[in-house]
Amino acid sequence: MNDALFLHRIHFAFTITFHYLFPQLTMGLAPLIVILKTLAIKTGNDAYNKAARFWTNVFGINFAFGVLTGIPMEFEFGTNWSRFSQLTGGVIGQPLAMEGTFSFFLESAFLGLFLFGEKKLGKWGHWCAAFLVFLGSWLSGFFIIVTDAWMQHPVAYTRLPNGMFSVTSFWGLLTNSWALIQYAHNMCGALATGAFVMAAVGAFYLLDHKHDDYGRIFLRVGVVAGVIASMAQGFPTGDLHGKYLAKHQPPTIAAMEGLFKTETGAPMVILGQPDAEHQRIDNPIVVNKVLSFLVYGTTTAEVQGLNAFPKDRWPTNIPLLYFAYHIMVGLGTVMIAVMAAATFLLWRRMLYGARWMLWFILLCFPLPYIANTAGWMTAEVGRQPWLVYGLLRTTQGYSSNVNASNSLFTLLGYMGLYLMLGILFIFIMQREVFRGPEQTSRHSTEAEIQITTA
Amino acid sequence: MESIWFILVALMIVAYAVLDGFDMGAGILHLLIARTDDDRHTIVRSIGPVWDGNEVWLIAGGGTLYFAFPVLYAVSFSGFYLPLHIVLWLLILRGIGIEFRTHLANPVAASLFDGLFALSSFLLALFFGAALGNVIRGVSMGADQSFFEPLWTTLLPWGETGILDWYTIFTGLFTVIALMTHGALWVSHKTRGDIRDRASSLADRVLPVLGIFTIVGVPLTVFVRPATVRNYLEYPVLFVFPAVVMMTLVLAWKWNRSGRELPAFMASSTYIVSALAGVAAALYPALLPSSYGSQFDITIFNAAAGSYALRVGFIWWGLGMALATGYFIFLYRMYKGKLQQESMETQN
Repeated sequence: MNDALFLHRIHFAFTITFHYLFPQLTMGLAPLIVILKTLAIKTGNDAYNKAARFWTNVFGINFAFGVLTGIPMEFEFGTNWSRFSQLTGGVIGQPLAMEGTFSFFLESAFLGLFLFGEKKLGKWGHWCAAFLVFLGSWLSGFFIIVTDAWMQHPVAYTRLPNGMFSVTSFWGLLTNSWALIQYAHNMCGALATGAFVMAAVGAFYLLDHKHDDYGRIFLRVGVVAGVIASMAQGFPTGDLHGKYLAKHQPPTIAAMEGLFKTETGAPMVILGQPDAEHQRIDNPIVVNKVLSFLVYGTTTAEVQGLNAFPKDRWPTNIPLLYFAYHIMVGLGTVMIAVMAAATFLLWRRMLYGARWMLWFILLCFPLPYIANTAGWMTAEVGRQPWLVYGLLRTTQGYSSNVNASNSLFTLLGYMGLYLMLGILFIFIMQREVFRGPEQTSRHSTEAEIQITTA
Repeated sequence: MESIWFILVALMIVAYAVLDGFDMGAGILHLLIARTDDDRHTIVRSIGPVWDGNEVWLIAGGGTLYFAFPVLYAVSFSGFYLPLHIVLWLLILRGIGIEFRTHLANPVAASLFDGLFALSSFLLALFFGAALGNVIRGVSMGADQSFFEPLWTTLLPWGETGILDWYTIFTGLFTVIALMTHGALWVSHKTRGDIRDRASSLADRVLPVLGIFTIVGVPLTVFVRPATVRNYLEYPVLFVFPAVVMMTLVLAWKWNRSGRELPAFMASSTYIVSALAGVAAALYPALLPSSYGSQFDITIFNAAAGSYALRVGFIWWGLGMALATGYFIFLYRMYKGKLQQESMETQN
């Protein structure tokens, strides 16, 4: 493999993976904060307001880290993938610029309003501010998904004589059917992260016998949102996404499932390691006919294996794709199980006393992070060997004027910097969680007074 | 249409320079004029609620550049690979310095964050200034419209160029001085007491230096790239920019002396706007000149996106900017006037 190409790929993969740890939580928490504000108004219980302030504070910290690590992403298209951005800027420049111009302004504006305007805005005004933060952060995500969806499934474009892509219909680009499905699937994932983190903090408070009232609120909201999000992530969004993938990127789904040869009544591989050289699965545990059923709705349908496609259209790293996909699905299943059990206990009014379950919920908070990351890896590794599926190969898109050594230099720089950022983040989050909602609330009211009297 | 987008992108860059400029300026003088932890906290607070909004202009500007002039975005960002990534690192470090200073009350941590804030602000100003110098000087780009600038080569602004040479180091230092003045005038506008007086007297001492840089800068630029005078000779009305530059410089100095803080800061803002407008006027229609000759320049015509994209962009961009401007007016209104004095007991 070409050194420079490989390093440019790792460069983008590393920085985007680290970056997405933060937005998935902010996008997931935003609707939950709206729910807390709604409960505060409906019940008149101020504890919900304090809970909302606590999570807004967590949102704010994650938002800051998301912005800091997000800025490099916008520039990396140009620095590391210059031929790609030169050719496609006429299309995906639109949603990316919209993300920068619109949602970033709106998000930081509304967040400021929400953080510092509680006294001035009144309870409904403040609820609206929370809702706008939610809208802003979800809009932001939409523009990014539109960009990626165009690379997965290009629509509404024409190619100019010099090879450059140019958008022909703005609405066609924004309503790309792939984007809508991918967005729904991705936002369920983000919501799952928000819900699992909220429930985990709640479980921690109850296990620790501190801030018990808040622990119960966090668990209630987190578990209910968590069970809805994890189920919707599988069905219908994940299911639809899979069917769509089978239709438009058949070699990708064959590699994801480890299906080397075309089969009627194709089995689904639950466990096993793909051996790309000998084109077989080692140590397989399979369920017969399930893959045919999942993709086409009947157990007898024929599913195309990798052998149905020329090798230059195969994903370049089949084992990685296979594992990423299986990790996503496996953890997704565990998430549904944990949250379904917790919901049952909540319904039977046994959850707060069931310490074993609280332990489970606490320890499970990394799962949605891992599953979301693995899901994105499935999407992007699965898109290979293309940058724009079927049209532009990855080998044709990187900055050929930036050599491997320079790319490695900045990659190492980001690794070092992000290691420090990660440590700082954990340190700050740990403080906030230990301090608890009562303290956060006092601090944020003070900050508000300082701002408004400034 | 291409010319309109040239002006719009230039406007966004100017907005970024004026707004984030005072944040960087405040950072540069942070350790120079603050004596106590209270002072340092005051300086950080003076930009606290606005700095991230200011930085958004860079993000929005970068995005707009990508969509309106994809060729320029692709060629220049990969060509300026090293300095650009260094700038991104510095932006991250500065963000940490400002944002998390108040999160960790520990004095050792505060010192670390203060140092990060000051050093990254200084280097950012230096690199942004050097970048501007590179754009004015041109880069070694031939017919393939591709280049890669090492950090430095011979330190001469001719032949195989690097990011740093004596001319771009000059423009870098120029920018540091200009933003330092700008930041000092901002801090003196936002604060009271000792810290205000120190900021104001720093501005008073630095402004003459800035005047010298400005006066020396013009002939140096013409010497390095004679083509920069072409538009001026053709359209003498453009000389209004240098005239405004000199006028606002004097006014900023005068108003700072007479204690009229807001007008002085506004004069300094106008100084930055007109100086950059002067540069843009000299470059047009080139976006990135080639040091090998103007036939290899990247211009607004050979770099722009398709006309449909530019027209559609106009609609949503206008909407976005209207919202953003409304927000900025609201934000700065809410935050107008001097900071309240605050004792350390209310902190954490």
